[in-house]
Amino acid sequence: MIEFKLPSLGADMDEGKLLQWKAKPGEKVKRGDVVAVVDTSKAAVEVEIWDEGTMHEWIVKPGETVPVGTVLALLLAPGENPETAPAARRRISPAARKYAEEHGVDLDRVAGTGPGGAVTVEDVEKHRKIQKAPESGKVPDKGAVMRSAIAAAMSRAKREIPHYYLSETIPMLRASEWLARENEKRPVTGRLLMAVLLLKAVAVALGKFPDLNGFFRNGAHQPSSAAHIGVAISLRQGGLIAPAIHDVQAKGLDELMLSLSDLVKRARAGSLRSSEMSDPTITVTNLGEGGVEEVFPIIYPPQVAIVGFGTLAQRPWAQDGELRALPTIVASLAADHRVSDGHRGALFLAEINRLLQAPEAL
Amino acid sequence: MSEKDVRAAVIGVLKSIAPELEEAELRPDRLLRDQIDLDSMDWLNVIVALHERLGVDIPESDYAKLTTLDAVVAYIGARRPG
Repeated sequence: MIEFKLPSLGADMDEGKLLQWKAKPGEKVKRGDVVAVVDTSKAAVEVEIWDEGTMHEWIVKPGETVPVGTVLALLLAPGENPETAPAARRRISPAARKYAEEHGVDLDRVAGTGPGGAVTVEDVEKHRKIQKAPESGKVPDKGAVMRSAIAAAMSRAKREIPHYYLSETIPMLRASEWLARENEKRPVTGRLLMAVLLLKAVAVALGKFPDLNGFFRNGAHQPSSAAHIGVAISLRQGGLIAPAIHDVQAKGLDELMLSLSDLVKRARAGSLRSSEMSDPTITVTNLGEGGVEEVFPIIYPPQVAIVGFGTLAQRPWAQDGELRALPTIVASLAADHRVSDGHRGALFLAEINRLLQAPEAL
Repeated sequence: MSEKDVRAAVIGVLKSIAPELEEAELRPDRLLRDQIDLDSMDWLNVIVALHERLGVDIPESDYAKLTTLDAVVAYIGARRPG
């Protein structure tokens, strides 16, 4: 029997409300299929499954809010049949069992976070709190919920991560000219945005700087060989979301443009996928769109770095003893001192600069 | 297509990108992108939608001319096929 659990869809999520099942009992599913839609504090997210099997039983019903880690449904593994499948055996601490009995909590619905997935008293207490909360009859204001989720994640980042900050002004004449020439040749539907060059340069540079890519978990850095870049997207109704474009280092600029355009559209329409929410190994924020010179970003845990880009604008630039006006952009980096030092960060920004001087190679 | 129709079509495109847009609050002689808070992805979507709905191909080098709603309407009016 396969347990399909509610995954964590970001540092700011500790519970989710099941909106809809996308696979009926008896239906076959494969890796990457969307089987449920879950509402987090930020968006409705399509949750994918990473096992192959047949949907057997829904444990959680649409409309229910449950903590991360809760078993949402049971699936039969390929070849397994419901009569012979061993029942998923759960470990429940005696204290948790007693507490649940006293308070009338259904243990089947409690996610276990103890050793080997064991259900502890804390799990039962947490479940009880979440179950009670929505009973007040008030529908929480979506904007306020998102604000408090962002606040929780950013407070955690500032509390736990020793940030250091660096910035570098990058001349963008070559990149701008290359992009203008390229877009002149393209139909309106095939045009590229500068953001795509910036994302690709960050992804390629990360190949040489694994200490800025990946997660910091359980006291150690877990580097990632792929650059799954979280793209900070502001939502028109307010708030912000940073879902991932996967494997940016391996994508061509056209493919990347399609991915970016699709991601922005879906983020604003509220139809993101769970892997996009939980996978970013670094974030890029392009606040320059709002007209600011430079960004001082905060790392999104458990990531270990974030890159910000300010406005692309004409600025004075000294070169070969002469002063001229050039398009430039200020790239900034906030990174985690537990994993890297300023020297590495500086080399990383210099590498992004170097890559942007040869846009045709990106 | 009269100027009025072009204007209505342009506003329709802008609303499809920025649904919260209040037509009455939009000043036709003020900077469009600042008023509606359109980032470069939104702006590209506006250009693509204008191309699809009105058949006008706007090269990137002309973006700088499209400062206000009035400017966009005039630009499209002058280039619409037929």
